[in-house]
Amino acid sequence: MRKCSLTSLDALLKKIAEQNAVYLPVDDGEGRAAYKQWEEGVKMSDALNTVRSPKDFFFPQTENLMEFKTEGKKIEIIDTRSESEDFVIFGVRACDVKSFEVLDNVFLKDPVDTYYASRREHGVIVSMACTRPTETCFCQTFGIDAAEPCGDISAWKTETDLYLEAKTEKGEKLMALLESLTEACDSAAVEAQKKETAEIMKKLPLAGLSTAGFGGDKTDELFDAPEWKTLSQSCLGCGTCTFVCPTCQCYDIKDFNTGKEIIRFRCWDSCMYSEFTKMSAGQPRLSQVERFRQRFMHKLVYYPTNNNGLYSCVGCGRCLAKCPISMNIVKVMKTIGEKAE
Amino acid sequence: MQVNGFKPKIVAFCCNWCSYAGADLAGNNRLNYPADVKIIRVPCSCRVNPMFVLRAFQRGADGVIICGCHPGDCHYTSGNYYTRRRMSLLFSMLDYLGIERDRTRVEWVSAAEGAKFAATMNDFVEKVTALGENKRLEDLRCKR
Amino acid sequence: MQKITRETLVAKASALLAEGMVDRVLGWKKGEFAYDVTPNVFADAASLEKDFVYGDFCGANFSKYLIAETRKGEGKILVFLKPCDTYSFNQLLTEHRFDREKVYVVGIPCEGMADIGKIKAEVGEGILEVESDANGFTVKTLYKGDVKLTAEQALGERCLVCKSKKHVAYDELIGEDGVVIDSARFDEVEKLEKMSSDERFAFWQNELSRCIRCNACRDVCPACSCEKCVFNNPKSGVENKAVADSFEEKMFHIIRAFHVAGRCTDCGECSRVCPQDIPLHLLNRKFIKDINSFYGEYQAGETVGSRAPLVNYTTEDIEPSEAVERGNQ
Repeated sequence: MRKCSLTSLDALLKKIAEQNAVYLPVDDGEGRAAYKQWEEGVKMSDALNTVRSPKDFFFPQTENLMEFKTEGKKIEIIDTRSESEDFVIFGVRACDVKSFEVLDNVFLKDPVDTYYASRREHGVIVSMACTRPTETCFCQTFGIDAAEPCGDISAWKTETDLYLEAKTEKGEKLMALLESLTEACDSAAVEAQKKETAEIMKKLPLAGLSTAGFGGDKTDELFDAPEWKTLSQSCLGCGTCTFVCPTCQCYDIKDFNTGKEIIRFRCWDSCMYSEFTKMSAGQPRLSQVERFRQRFMHKLVYYPTNNNGLYSCVGCGRCLAKCPISMNIVKVMKTIGEKAE
Repeated sequence: MQVNGFKPKIVAFCCNWCSYAGADLAGNNRLNYPADVKIIRVPCSCRVNPMFVLRAFQRGADGVIICGCHPGDCHYTSGNYYTRRRMSLLFSMLDYLGIERDRTRVEWVSAAEGAKFAATMNDFVEKVTALGENKRLEDLRCKR
Repeated sequence: MQKITRETLVAKASALLAEGMVDRVLGWKKGEFAYDVTPNVFADAASLEKDFVYGDFCGANFSKYLIAETRKGEGKILVFLKPCDTYSFNQLLTEHRFDREKVYVVGIPCEGMADIGKIKAEVGEGILEVESDANGFTVKTLYKGDVKLTAEQALGERCLVCKSKKHVAYDELIGEDGVVIDSARFDEVEKLEKMSSDERFAFWQNELSRCIRCNACRDVCPACSCEKCVFNNPKSGVENKAVADSFEEKMFHIIRAFHVAGRCTDCGECSRVCPQDIPLHLLNRKFIKDINSFYGEYQAGETVGSRAPLVNYTTEDIEPSEAVERGNQ
């Protein structure tokens, strides 16, 4: 483990930025944080988390896949990918780091999504331990330790210092670059912080939330539960939960005709939408009950079925904070899970 | 018309009964107006949905003008009165969003006003040319 | 802060259920925290007793739910409407969106609803409880202990400039009816109008660029009651699920505001639900202000059956060229 004083955080970011683009959570001055590229003068946010999750870095909301041009009877297909350069995401919370694992299971399994894979390969993740989790946090339900985030480098911030520990080969490489700006140290301060955070975690209102009743083998049991109807009755069918979610990974592929060429792009889609990945056969889920059920069954049953029991929720709490009608995965887990148990 | 090599693209929505005939008359009378004006004929000026105006800008227009019969002369009695309300509100909104107000206009041109049609287009093109390229309501994908 | 209590409402609802006047109740269901109440349909007195809440976070406008709810079965549904909700209710009736006979409206007074986003911005993480009395709000937090907030700090923007405490539709009223207020709701619009064109562009560019196209503003809007929205229709040519270019977010918000112009009652739900805090109400209020100034004062939903300004005209209407000038004054 190595550390540096917080006063030299800027120098550290500058050092990384000399080689690679660095992105970090930045306050917008109105109470929200968003990932922005670091440049001289940009200060890292102290906010617990960003409104949008960092999944954008690997799975952007929209991305061009290819272009087509026609000339007479000839059609030209253009690969619009540019060579990616390495980049660093600095200050990712434990829940969001875990979300990358969830996305990897989807995009890096055969057939590999080469667009995602290339970005994933070039991205270096420096995580940041939480010290002040909020009432909507429930990462511990999914076995995530907010005080011990994974990533290529794990980081802890105390009142005075920044502690760094490389966790992967990519992380080692970045740490080597920062050698002159950091000094070797023991982990006493970090251990103390972990203990303190663990105490706070116990006091959170959602501390006792469990996944009991859900899991890979529960499809038959839960699919026809009558509670889906009551839970979903006030759902507006908007896409807020899916678009702020760090693990939602559905997308649609569409063509845009510019008048000169066709741009084929993909964009996030939401299973809550009536036009979800609309194909010639139409939307298979005709009612909001079915769409609502799909979202939560996917996170808590279908995904674990296909991924050795791993849930595709990381308990970041964004949907709890943002749903217009305050219906969310916690209420679903409490209503349906506890009954099944 | 050209300033520093910039030639604006203008979309003119003209109603079939008055303004399109006015444009015809301008042509018959050999009156000059810039070729940058692309006319789209519509059955009535009130056929122009606010979305048409925005999409014209998206697809590369630098100015959008809507021409219809004079109030009171609408072929369908009242269509242009609705146009007048819709476009008053739309243009005021565009101005509120910081879109240059000279990029949009509504003008009433009758079938007998070939000269007015040419003069209106000349004036509009001049104003849009002075503003330069439409940057505030552009879609970069259509500009490549 | 609210003058009426949940007990009053539960008693009223239970009595109406027992009488057989209504067979279900649209109300608020308590959540996990102090603030996350969910609109819910209650079918019996027991569930009302267990889960019904009324308090400072019951801001959701129930009017739009009536479109779907009145299609379910023959019985009547009881709905609690705050003054501003009754305007949306009337507007939907004007547009024939549901059967009035299937709804029993109990008008309830409202002292303004709290905005959890604002409270979070003030007190930070770890909100455990929120209490309020005549002096303001007390927020119990995990890290800062009890934090006192004034009503100004805690109430939503729309409530601070409340336009009316008068119910324009009800079958029965709990408490005293209020009056229409000469509110300062156009002040922000005027502030923007006074800016230069460049400043206004920069302002909206900054606000709208945060849009994630979740459509929450549209889906919650009582005026957006189309069965199929043009932005969901693949054949419209403008259907889009994500912002692929900055043009599209402008297009969406301008057209959405235009589609509800003259029908928007200024209930403020769009801004309440926006996950990115975009002040969408400032678009709607611009249209309302312009309509008032160009065509005379008009409040959507004030009466049932009034003719909306955009489906109306006079031969003396203002010309678009003058409108831009006047709209800016």
